[in-house]
Amino acid sequence: MTKLLDVENIDVGYGHHTVVFDASLRLKKGAIGCLLGPSGCGKTTLLRAVAGFEPVQRGRILLAGDEVSRDGWTLPPEKRQVGMVFQDFALFPHLTVADNVAFGIRRWPSDKRTARVQELLQLVGLPQYGASYPHALSGGQQQRVALARALAPKPRLLLLDEPFSSMDVELRETLAREVRTILKHEGITGLMVTHDQFEAFAIADRIAVMHAGRILQWDTAYNLYHQPADRQVADFIGQGVLLAGMVVGETMVDTPLGAIAGKVPTGCRKGCPVDVLIRPDDIMLDPASALQAEVIDKAFRGAVFLYTLRLPAGATVLCQAPSHHDHAIGERVGLRPDFDHLAVFPRRE
Amino acid sequence: MTSVTATFPAIKALQRPDPWRSGVVLAALLLALPVIVVFSFMFVPAGEVWLHLKQTVLQEYVTNSLVLLLGVGIGVLAIGIPAAWMVSLCEFPGRRLFEWGMLLPMAMPAYIIAYTYTGMLDFAGPVQTQLRDWFGWGYGDYWFPDIRTLPGAVLMLSLVLYPYVYLLSRAAFLEQSICVLEVSRTLGTGPWAGFARVALPLARPAIITGLSLALMETLADYGTVQYFGLATFTTGIFRTWFGLGDPAAAAQLAAVLMSFVFVLIVLERWSRRRARFHHTSTRYSHLPRYQLRGWRRLGAIVGCSIPVTFGFLLPALQLGAWALDTTDAWLKADFFALVGNSLMLAAITAALAVALALLMAYGRRLRPSQPVNLAVRVASMGYAVPGTVIAVGVILPFAWLDNTIDGWMRAQFDISTGLILSGTLAALVFAYCVRFLAVSLNTVEAGLGKIKPSMDDAARCLGLAPSRVLREVHMPIMRGSLLTALLLVFVDVLKELPATLILRPFNFNTLAVRAFELASDERLADSASAALAIVLAGIVPVILLSRTIGRSRPGHDQTVC
Repeated sequence: MTKLLDVENIDVGYGHHTVVFDASLRLKKGAIGCLLGPSGCGKTTLLRAVAGFEPVQRGRILLAGDEVSRDGWTLPPEKRQVGMVFQDFALFPHLTVADNVAFGIRRWPSDKRTARVQELLQLVGLPQYGASYPHALSGGQQQRVALARALAPKPRLLLLDEPFSSMDVELRETLAREVRTILKHEGITGLMVTHDQFEAFAIADRIAVMHAGRILQWDTAYNLYHQPADRQVADFIGQGVLLAGMVVGETMVDTPLGAIAGKVPTGCRKGCPVDVLIRPDDIMLDPASALQAEVIDKAFRGAVFLYTLRLPAGATVLCQAPSHHDHAIGERVGLRPDFDHLAVFPRRE
Repeated sequence: MTSVTATFPAIKALQRPDPWRSGVVLAALLLALPVIVVFSFMFVPAGEVWLHLKQTVLQEYVTNSLVLLLGVGIGVLAIGIPAAWMVSLCEFPGRRLFEWGMLLPMAMPAYIIAYTYTGMLDFAGPVQTQLRDWFGWGYGDYWFPDIRTLPGAVLMLSLVLYPYVYLLSRAAFLEQSICVLEVSRTLGTGPWAGFARVALPLARPAIITGLSLALMETLADYGTVQYFGLATFTTGIFRTWFGLGDPAAAAQLAAVLMSFVFVLIVLERWSRRRARFHHTSTRYSHLPRYQLRGWRRLGAIVGCSIPVTFGFLLPALQLGAWALDTTDAWLKADFFALVGNSLMLAAITAALAVALALLMAYGRRLRPSQPVNLAVRVASMGYAVPGTVIAVGVILPFAWLDNTIDGWMRAQFDISTGLILSGTLAALVFAYCVRFLAVSLNTVEAGLGKIKPSMDDAARCLGLAPSRVLREVHMPIMRGSLLTALLLVFVDVLKELPATLILRPFNFNTLAVRAFELASDERLADSASAALAIVLAGIVPVILLSRTIGRSRPGHDQTVC
C-alpha cells in the first residue's frame, strides 16, 4: 500500500475551541481527494492542518509514512514539501509571473529553473506571460499562475483551498477538470477544499463530505450520490426528496410509490418508520403505469425537464424526464419507480 | 477564514507574556501619556489662576473658538464640496490640472498664509499701494478691510483646510454615486436634483470625516490666531503658561480644549463607521462626465481657480518675491544651521515614528487581540490632539521626572542632575511622535494590508522560514509605503509650530520657529525664506497624494460602479 497522506483521528482547533473532530482520511499516491461541505464546516481548517499551518490537538498526520503532526509537535510548512493554492491566489505583486513561479525553486541551477518555469507556464497555457505582473492578468490566469507556482518544486502533495471560488460558475467545472488533468500528468497527489459538489465531482477520486467539523462520509462521488451514509449527506449531495415509508420485511419497504426492495438500516425491524431517498433519476414517466401523479411544477433544463409531481397520497417527488416528455402543470402522468440502489434512513422524530 | 498563523498564537499569548503584545501596549501607554496627563488635570481642584481665567477670558476663548469652528466649517464645505463635484463629475478644460491643483493649499501652513496676506494687504503692502497709485488716494482717504480679525482668520484657515473636505468628498463621489445616480436618473431625477437628493446624501459620511479633520486642525491652530491677536484656547494656554506662569491652569485649559477635540473624534469615528455601509459594489465602469458648455464651463474654471490662486499661488508668489528681495539677509550660515536643525529633527522623528508604526502594525497583524487593537487605537489618537496640548502634556511629566531624579540624587549622593529630559530634543521628538504616529501608522498599515496573510502562507509552502518571508516578501512590498510614511512624517515635523515653540531647547531654532518669530516681529520679508522652504517641502506630500489618487482606479476616467 502506498499511502501518501494518512490523517488519523485528528482534532484541530484554536485554544479551547475545537473546529475539526476526529477526522480521518487516506489518499493513495497520485489520487485526488476533496473536502466538501458548507462554509464553516471546518474543511479549510482540516486542509491547513495538513499543510502544517494548524497544530493538531489529537491524532496524527503522516506524509508518505513520516509523521508530520501530532499533539504538541508540528513540522513547519516550509519543511513538508506540500504545495498550496489559495483562494485569493496570493501571488506576490512585486514579482513577475515567471519570478512567482520560480519562487519555490530559487535554489535550482538557473538553466534548470528557467526550463521548469517555462515548462509549467506551457502546462497551464500561459507561455507568453512570463514577464507580465500578476495585476495585469485576469482572475483565471492568476489562478493558473498560482497553480504553476505551487507545482514548480514538485511537491509530494498539492493542497487547493477553494481555488475556483472567484471564477464564473461556467468556468469552474472546466477548470476543475483541467487541474485534474494537470495533476494526473505530473503524478501529484491532491487534496482540494470546495463547497461546490460539481467541482468536487469533476476533480476528485474520493470526496469527504463534512458537516459541523466532522467527516460524514469519505467515498467516491458515485457512492455519495447513490449510497449516502446518512440523511445529511443525502441532503447535501444532489437533489431528491425523502419519502416516508415503513419497513414491511427483511429487505422490503412500503412507500407511496409502492413496495420497494432494498437494504434496510440496521436496527429497523418490521413496522419501523423510515425515510427513503428518492432521486429525480429514480422515477421514470410511463404512460402505461397505473401509478398516477399530478404535475405541480416543472423546470426546463435543456435536455431534460425536472418535474415536481404530487402522488395520490399527497407526498411530492422529483422526476427527471427527457425534454420531449412535455407535460403541462396540472396534467396527470403515469410514473414508474426505477431503483438501482435504495437509501433508507430511520425516521427522526 | 482569518489567517490562523495569526490567530493561534494570540490565544497562547494569554497564558504567557508575549514580547509583541507587551511591546505594543507599553509603547501605546507611553504615547498616550501626554493626553492622560492633560486629562488628569480635569480632576485637580481649580486654582486661583483658573478662577481668574474663568471670570475673565474663558468665555471669550470658548466664543472665539466656536465662531472660528463654525466659520471654518462653512468655509471648507463651501469650497471643498463644489470643487470635488466639478472635478469628479464634470468635464471642462483644465479639469485634470485642477484635480491635483486643488490640493496645493495643503502645502501652506495656516500661520504662513496668515502673515503673507497680512503683508500683502497692509497699508504699505502691494495691494493698497497699487490702489493708492491708481486712484490717487492718500492715508485715511479710504476704508480697507483688516485681515487681522476673526473673519480674516476664518478666511485664512478655510483657504488652507478645504482640501480635507475636497479629498474625501471627491473620493466618495467617485466611488459611490455613478450607478445610483444613473438609477436615480432612470427614475426621473435630473442631474442637479440627483446631486442634491442622491450623491450628496451618499457622500455625507465622507464629507463629515473631512470636515472633522479640518475642524481638528482649526482647533489645533496656534500660529494664525496668535498672529492675528485672537484669544482662543491655544493662545490662552500659551499665555497662562508663560504669561501667568501657571502650568496647572494651562493644563486645565488644555483639558477643556481636548474635550472639544474629543467631540470631533467621536463625530469622525461615527461617520467613518457609517461610510462603510455606503459602499456600493466594486465593478468598474466608464464614468460619464457632464460636458460643461458656455457660462457653466467658464464658471467651473473660475470657481476652481479661486481657491488654488488665493490658497496657494498668490501667497507662494509673494513669499518668493520677498525671499528674492532679501537674499543677502538670509543666504548666510545661520539659515543653513536652521535648515540643518529642521532636517535633523524631521529625520530623527520620521525614523522613530515609522519604527513605532511598524511595531504597532505588526503587533496587530501577529497578535490580533482586543488589548492590542485598543492600544494601537489609543496611540494613534495623537493626530487629533493640538500640538499645544501635547506640549503641555509632555513637559509636565518630564519636569516631574527630572525633579524627582534630581531630588533623589541630591539626597543620596549630593549631586544635582538638573534637567535631564525637559528642554531637550528628546522631549521634542517624543511630542512629535505622539502627534504624528497616526500619519506613519496609516501608511504602514496600508502597506502591510497589501500583503495578505495567504501570501505568508504561500511563501512558507514554497520553503521559506518566517524570517525569510519577512525579507523576501514583506520588505520588497512594503518598501514604497515605508518611504512614503517617512516622507509624510518628515514634512509634518518641518511644518509643526506650537509644540516646537514650547518644547525646543533654549536657543535652538527651526525653520518654522524662525519664520514665525520674524513674522511676529513684523519682519515679514525676512521670514519669507524660511516660510518658502517649508511650503516647498509641503508640496512633496501633495504630489504623493495626487499620485495615489491617480493610481487608486484602473484607468483614469473610470470609477467604481
